[in-house]
Amino acid sequence: MVDTPAGPVPRARVTIGARDVLGRWSMRWGMGRNRYRVAPGLYAVGDPDQLSGILVTANYKMTFDALRRELTGLNVWILVLDTRGVNVWCAAGKGTFGTEEVVRRVKAAMLEEVVSHRRLILPQLGGPGVSAHQVTKGCGFQVVYGPVHARDIKAFLAAGMRATPRMRQVLFPLRERLALAPVELVGLFKPAGWLSLVLFLLAGIGPGFFSIGAAWHRGLAAAEVLAGGILGGAVLTPVLLPWLPGRAFSAKGALAGGILAVCSAALYRDALGAFHALALLLALPVISSFVAMNFTGATPFTSPSGVEKEMRQALPVQAALTALAGIFWVGGAFLR
Amino acid sequence: MEGFRYLDGVASLRFSEAACTGCGMCEQVCPHRVFAVARGKARILDKDLCMECGSCATNCPAGAISVRPGVGCATAIMKGWLSGSEEKT
Ligand code: SF4
Ligand code: SF4
Repeated sequence: MVDTPAGPVPRARVTIGARDVLGRWSMRWGMGRNRYRVAPGLYAVGDPDQLSGILVTANYKMTFDALRRELTGLNVWILVLDTRGVNVWCAAGKGTFGTEEVVRRVKAAMLEEVVSHRRLILPQLGGPGVSAHQVTKGCGFQVVYGPVHARDIKAFLAAGMRATPRMRQVLFPLRERLALAPVELVGLFKPAGWLSLVLFLLAGIGPGFFSIGAAWHRGLAAAEVLAGGILGGAVLTPVLLPWLPGRAFSAKGALAGGILAVCSAALYRDALGAFHALALLLALPVISSFVAMNFTGATPFTSPSGVEKEMRQALPVQAALTALAGIFWVGGAFLR
Repeated sequence: MEGFRYLDGVASLRFSEAACTGCGMCEQVCPHRVFAVARGKARILDKDLCMECGSCATNCPAGAISVRPGVGCATAIMKGWLSGSEEKT
């Protein structure tokens, strides 16, 4: 605890323990997402005083950890907003990392008494939710937008709270694209499970009315195609994003899926009839295309207007090709 | 490699130079370097880089910027279509 004119303030450590790392991994895989929070309010890092800077952040524990680990050797305050355990960027989009919450927390923590200056440092990605001039109107504190990434905070402070253009830019490198893949996959797990069940039932339909053997054999193949498409759209497309030609995610995903489809068709060419091969070559790229299109929600550069335009064009094509693949697939059971 | 590009000619970003006071907030908050401020006025450098996050408009004290904000997320847009509403985020 650190004593302040406004009462004692808990001290946040700048080291990350094994439990924090474990928590981060389970978070990546979408487990227990909702319970990973930090209590909102004011925290001290090192030995801050009246002149020390105030860094504002969200109460998602991964965000809080990412910030505090970058603060070794600094004496600063951290003001944690209640964003219901959501990261800065997503919370800003929803408005929970917002003007009102900043004003409310500044008042609740009695910052006017804790520090003598009137300045808050907000993460730049909180901008969509916070109106800097409205915060000043609401509580008298000025808002300075810090860098996008916590790793630049030291350099930012050392430069007298000035960010280089590089610190202000969102780039989406491979590391970040890969980090999203687990969550995407986990999110697709359930719908894919239900879809597989339907596919297994459909797979039984054939000349002998309904055959368990055929259901298993052909259903498995269909589920594999589905899995391949998901792999293409949720893993291969994000990884190859800069190198896949085109701008539209549906096109990039179709291409990534197409590569997988051609490979698997070549691999199984003896086992596949012509109809089944056609179904595979159609279905896998279409699924990949659809999944990739949904990946737009996780990228930091796709505009809603663009996604809407892309969907209006891509969805009808995807639907038509899916129907065609279905006809070939079912047809393949009768004509062998 | 520099940042990614998405579709051209779709961003709903509007900027009124007359209202701009050149305070520099838009340049500070934009994660894609869409704005640059020089000689007391902001200028749009590359509108097609805009992801419609809305940060510039929310933080412009002069009300010189407007954009239809939201997350560019296919799932959210589909939900919006199905429920018959404009996508809300
Ligand atoms: S934030 Fe508004 S007033 Fe300030 S420079 Fe940008 S457009 Fe001009
Ligand atoms: S809406 Fe966001 S991405 Fe577009 S110009 Fe404004 S701050 Fe930049």
